[in-house]
Amino acid sequence: MNAGGHRRWVRICHWLVAASFLTLAVSGFFILMAHPRLYLGHVGNDLTPALLTLPISNNYRPGELQRSVVFTEIPGTPISAERNFAIFNQNGWGRSLHFLAAWILVLVGALYAAIGLVGGHIRRDLMPRELTRRALLQDLKDHLLPRVGSASPGLPYGLLQKLAYVTVMFIALPLMVLTGLTMSPAVTAAYPILLDLFGGYQTARTIHFFGFAALVLFLLVHLAMVVATGFGRQLRTMTWGN
Amino acid sequence: MKQQSPMPRRAFIKGLASSAGVLLAGCSQTEPPTYGHVLRMGDLLTYKAHRLLLPAHSLAREYDYADISSVPAIGTTNPADPAKSSFSQEHGPVYERLLATRFEDWRLVVEGSVTRPRAFSLDELKRMASRTQITRHTCEEGWSAIAQWTGVPLRTVLEAVGVRTSARFVQYYAYDGWRDGIDMLDALHPQTILAYGMNGRDLPISHGAPLRLRVEKQLGYKSMKFLRRIVVTDHFDDHGRAGLIQNGWSWYAGI
Repeated sequence: MNAGGHRRWVRICHWLVAASFLTLAVSGFFILMAHPRLYLGHVGNDLTPALLTLPISNNYRPGELQRSVVFTEIPGTPISAERNFAIFNQNGWGRSLHFLAAWILVLVGALYAAIGLVGGHIRRDLMPRELTRRALLQDLKDHLLPRVGSASPGLPYGLLQKLAYVTVMFIALPLMVLTGLTMSPAVTAAYPILLDLFGGYQTARTIHFFGFAALVLFLLVHLAMVVATGFGRQLRTMTWGN
Repeated sequence: MKQQSPMPRRAFIKGLASSAGVLLAGCSQTEPPTYGHVLRMGDLLTYKAHRLLLPAHSLAREYDYADISSVPAIGTTNPADPAKSSFSQEHGPVYERLLATRFEDWRLVVEGSVTRPRAFSLDELKRMASRTQITRHTCEEGWSAIAQWTGVPLRTVLEAVGVRTSARFVQYYAYDGWRDGIDMLDALHPQTILAYGMNGRDLPISHGAPLRLRVEKQLGYKSMKFLRRIVVTDHFDDHGRAGLIQNGWSWYAGI
């Protein structure tokens, strides 16, 4: 291993996380297609107003629901309506695959954090200790001009690079796990604090979606930087370690 | 004598194979089978992790009366409607006749691994100690709704028929042909009720009249509507082609 290479356990964790993240993103998108409406609070369905409706499937058709039951005679009270048409729904395999990938991501993530903390990888290579406003502006300028193409692959990481990795690892991914767990009826029965922490099942679902969008954005920037700094060289460093 | 008949060896291999089969069958009887399918293995891992890590008697959140919301009715909205794809040739016409007499002749059969199997009328169930809870229905599609449910705890009904100590699962059967099951932990949970009332009225047809299950610690599809029969079993039942698993859905939906 040369100075710039990645350690073997880092490379293994990277590709396991990459595979599970891609699986989570694709299966999660299919799950969202079954009900592409986002809400705030505990309740949200075709009979209540949405915060956001995503044009990713034809499943938003409340106008076609048959309003058949009024729960009380008082005007403006909750209603029920029948849905007598089939919708797009691939959640059977979608959700099972989503959770299988989530198990892998969580277990690999925990292993990575444990080795990284004990072995000093996180403190040594990822903590942005050189962070000052001046260094941040300089690194931003280098990226925008762009001058990072000449940087060497692997270690040491640049300042913005460190900030991006640390944000994904210690903020975005844990937030995805927690908002995901908040959508579980069994987990929230055991830990109702999750519902209060995020302000309800539907709010957690909405945060989960924006977390997905942010992580996909990170992936696109990550891939763009890999290409900009020498795709083959970077791929080799993360695969064979040199 | 060096001569050796191939038969004993073949019989031995056969014996090994069949005992392995018995072992496999033994495993699949007390927990959801995976059929060697990687997604079902993931489902099983989630189920086992929940049973190991989550406290058994924690309650799902109960909401206030003011939180009651609109609720879409999906899936089967009337088992007597032959136009629906879920229409059961066997049970649909029966449901239509029961509907005509406002479920006077409807009975919930409770049988299987019990000492006193019997059939309950709706009035009999309504005379038993009831439980009313305002809970969130969490649909696997991604939407949610809050409603008030009134019914008799499944535990009370199971105690009335005397569940045998060997029992491990409770299977339930509906008038739209669907069938499913839960483990004894969920079956005996205080919030698992056989609901005949919704928001203070009789359960509407579209929400499962006259009786539906509420399993508050799992996704909505486990709370089966239009119940007709309950069978207590010692072993896991995947219900074949009519069950969830062979249709590609997770049996455990506590997620």
